[in-house]
Amino acid sequence: MHDFYQTGWWAVIWSIIKIVIVVVPLLLGVAYLTLAERKVIGYMQVRLGPNRVGFRGSLQPIADALKLMFKEVIIPTSANRFLFLAAPVLAFVPALLVWAAVPFGPDVAISNMNAGLLYVLAIAGLGVYGIIVAGWASNSKYAFLGAMRAAAQLVAYEIAMGFALVGVLMLAQTLNLSKIVEAQAGGGFWSWYWLPLFPFFLVYFISGVAETNRAPFDVAEGESEIVAGFHVEYSGMAFALFFLAEYANMIFVSLLTTVLFLGGWYAPINTPLLTWIPGLVWLLLKTAFLLYVFLWIRATFPRYRYDQIMRLGWKVFIPVTIAWIVVVGIALETPMRAILR
Amino acid sequence: MIITTILFYLFSAILLGSATAVITARNPVYASLFLVLAFFNAAALFILLGAEFLGLILILVYVGAVMVLFLFVVMMLDINLTRLKEGFLSYLPLGLAIAILGVLELAVVFWTSPLGHIPAPGPIPANADNTRALGVLLYTHYLYPFEIAAVILLVAIIAAIALTLRRRQGTKTQSIDAQMAVRAKDRISLVNLRRPEQ
Repeated sequence: MHDFYQTGWWAVIWSIIKIVIVVVPLLLGVAYLTLAERKVIGYMQVRLGPNRVGFRGSLQPIADALKLMFKEVIIPTSANRFLFLAAPVLAFVPALLVWAAVPFGPDVAISNMNAGLLYVLAIAGLGVYGIIVAGWASNSKYAFLGAMRAAAQLVAYEIAMGFALVGVLMLAQTLNLSKIVEAQAGGGFWSWYWLPLFPFFLVYFISGVAETNRAPFDVAEGESEIVAGFHVEYSGMAFALFFLAEYANMIFVSLLTTVLFLGGWYAPINTPLLTWIPGLVWLLLKTAFLLYVFLWIRATFPRYRYDQIMRLGWKVFIPVTIAWIVVVGIALETPMRAILR
Repeated sequence: MIITTILFYLFSAILLGSATAVITARNPVYASLFLVLAFFNAAALFILLGAEFLGLILILVYVGAVMVLFLFVVMMLDINLTRLKEGFLSYLPLGLAIAILGVLELAVVFWTSPLGHIPAPGPIPANADNTRALGVLLYTHYLYPFEIAAVILLVAIIAAIALTLRRRQGTKTQSIDAQMAVRAKDRISLVNLRRPEQ
């Protein structure tokens, strides 16, 4: 039966069905993440957040989406018309493409490819084109400043991110995301990679916050200094696509951190009661927790100054990751190898 | 596999088209974006060949990092299209000479060396892991050339930094060490303002 789905036109139709199964819940997740963000930050700031549309504001994302769809897309007269409209698409498409390799369970993915980790790293870096092109095509100084900041920030943090992933590779010995999770099986939360690779776990997650342009690293938007940065000139659905891409990337970074460092779909303690709960539930629970951390960070920290961001990326994260790669490399040549692998 | 053949010709056509557009596009920003498209299709061709490591590294390094920096620089140029078009004819002989020389050299290489006679790749074995295969080769058989290439790159990095680093007089920079070392008592001194006893 499995072969039947992998031959001829059935393979195409089966792939489309799998894509729909992933993308529709993802877009719903994005919609309700915006509501969760407003609610969580609201309560942290002793407010209620949206509470008028639907039961306690539960239909607010739908109302927002409808409003954005009916708004006019304004194109500035001196903007480069084609690139101005292409930029939101360039931001949104990579945000969806990365989900092709994401595993939701043992060998459950749209494409369970061998080089999954490399694919994810390569595609996730493409989102910045949307931001850079938007900044340039808008023909506006604020938008351009935002684009420049985004480009510099992305290049700085992608290196630290890549080094953090090298540590995962050294322990898992595979680029296949599904097998990386399986390599963390065994005991419970103490056999996941966050423990031996704790510096990488922190660096990866913080770099993830920086790569998605979220507070406190959101200098590309920086509404207090450069109005709204790269998307200053955008309105309606064109703006909504940037928004969708940012939130889809947030969910993606959280899910990938779960897969790489928090044991993916494994229960935190290996007892029958907890392992009876399906793996997908654990995966989503861990992802939801990391998403909450995203919002928590945003409500807690003030925006970094631009030079501080560059210093953190180049002078702190990169040396820390290189040092820990050496430590892991040495540890793998000692009897500790049996524990780590 | 007819689908693979169709995809090969599709990606090749887009690759050649966008590569041509890189040199014909008037606007440098368009040219760099076309170069990104060309890299992308080259990566797709690598992946069709089963060389997924090379394809993904091409996207990661060239599209994800190099071209971002290229665009960064190109976008800051003051694009004056009329000035860019000036002097096309005066540069034409030199450009043509270099192009012909390049084509000739490539032709010589392909005619005389085994590079021109590589057999078509056989069917790709299922689950071939060429990342591991490349890694094993690079770190055993080709260890010294690989390490030497790495050291040359490191020297180039340091040289580039050393050439461009200049300490200008009179710029105001933050001293991070001094900022981190500050303690509350350096900045605040509490003064007892109680009125003295009469």
